[in-house]
Amino acid sequence: MSHEVVEKNVGLLAILVILVISVGGLVEIVPLFFQTETTTPAPGVNKYSALHLEGRDVYIREGCYNCHSQMIRPFRAETERYGHYSVAGESVYDHPFQWGSKRTGPDLARVGGRYSDDWHYVHLINPRDVVPESNMPAYPWLSDTVLSGEDTAAKMRALNIAVGATCPKCELYSEEEMANAQKEVAGKTEAEALVAYLQGLGLASKQW
Amino acid sequence: MSEFWSIWIIVLTAANILGCFWLIRWTMKKRAGESAQGDVTGHTWDGDLQEYNNPLPRWWLWLFYITLVFAAVYLALYPGLGKFQGFLGWSSGNTLGAVDSQYQAEMAKAAEKYDPIFQQYAAVAVTDLAAKPEYEEARDMGKRLYLTYCMQCHGSDAGGARGFPNLRDGEWLWGGAPEQIKVSIAAGRVGVMPPHAHLGDDKIDQVTAYVLSLSGRNVDAAKAEAGKDVFMTSGCIGCHGLDGTGNQMLGAPNLTDKVWLYGGSAGAIKETLNKGRNGVMPPHSDLLGDEKVHLLTAYVYSLSKQQ
Repeated sequence: MSHEVVEKNVGLLAILVILVISVGGLVEIVPLFFQTETTTPAPGVNKYSALHLEGRDVYIREGCYNCHSQMIRPFRAETERYGHYSVAGESVYDHPFQWGSKRTGPDLARVGGRYSDDWHYVHLINPRDVVPESNMPAYPWLSDTVLSGEDTAAKMRALNIAVGATCPKCELYSEEEMANAQKEVAGKTEAEALVAYLQGLGLASKQW
Repeated sequence: MSEFWSIWIIVLTAANILGCFWLIRWTMKKRAGESAQGDVTGHTWDGDLQEYNNPLPRWWLWLFYITLVFAAVYLALYPGLGKFQGFLGWSSGNTLGAVDSQYQAEMAKAAEKYDPIFQQYAAVAVTDLAAKPEYEEARDMGKRLYLTYCMQCHGSDAGGARGFPNLRDGEWLWGGAPEQIKVSIAAGRVGVMPPHAHLGDDKIDQVTAYVLSLSGRNVDAAKAEAGKDVFMTSGCIGCHGLDGTGNQMLGAPNLTDKVWLYGGSAGAIKETLNKGRNGVMPPHSDLLGDEKVHLLTAYVYSLSKQQ
């Protein structure tokens, strides 16, 4: 049989394998780099402030995405509970995005303004103080750990590269913003940064 | 999507499917000198292990063809080939301002089914919904709404938590009349107790004693008497009133009852006095709409009347 030709020529086999596995990416991923919906901020979506950015890093470090998605699908069951479904233009400033896929806890894409700041602080220190049925772990150290803000400007600079390369209409951090970043962040606790980040999630969707 | 990327996707997808078809046909072709069945590949492993070079099993081959046909049919019916929407015209509706999508259809169907029910109850007074036996369904709906949107702060039993009011006890910061409850849910509330650390430890101690005495607790009478002076002269009466019974217009708690939102120990009261409190009920009218707020109001009102 002719498959012998492929099986006995490693070079040909490799070329065919590369061809086959790259088709999916070329068709489904590459065009997204050039679509208006994926490269333009949705109305009202802005870049993260220095404090929000640090909060987002706490979110990533603590692995919140392991249990919380930020991706409301266009299903009535989800939009009734959370609010407007997620759109691509919301994620233009997110590197990496926090869509998640495991929905142990509620989706957080519209959590901004849903609860009071106080609720978030109590809930992060011990979720069962407000929701006795909750199985979310407690994060008491977030209220004790103080941010120095030493790396904040560097993070902004890195984001400028990523956002600048993928989103031509996005607003980048100015030199002045990067210079002031440490001042804005230093002395705040990680809990304050995380709550600021959470309280900003999905605010833009209220105007849609 | 631009013309270029549309064509890019169509060409690559079509080439991929046709390529799969060509590959299976080409590799299964017999070469000169091969028999259809029973030849071995010529490899030998472990001394005597050999491999047949038989044609592909028919059932497997047909499964492979079926996947190719499935792909072709799928791409004809549903969006997948660039800008081509498919003959069914289906879309999920995950873009801003999507129309005629599966999502809109689902929402319209639900609206057709549920809107009349919501409208029917929206026309009934909260007091009736909360009490009359024929409106049990409305209260059940209110309860399910409560368990989705409210229990995170007020608790699944509506018993509240430290800093988050109990809704069953008949005591209200902002008023327990149906209209007042409705405003609290729809527009939210912001309760502000300013910090009073500037009074100094002694005066804080004295006011604490006085505040405790208001609800009949045993305290040092002299301290409470001194605290009364501080209470009257330091602005406390502005919100809590001369007699300490509070003011529902401002969400200022009644200090003469035994309900303590942030704890009724001397320590907790001192913390409240020193650092202040900021109780926020977020607005829900945008998220829920008037009709759901109406049902929630009725449910919450019914809870407070059960005691």
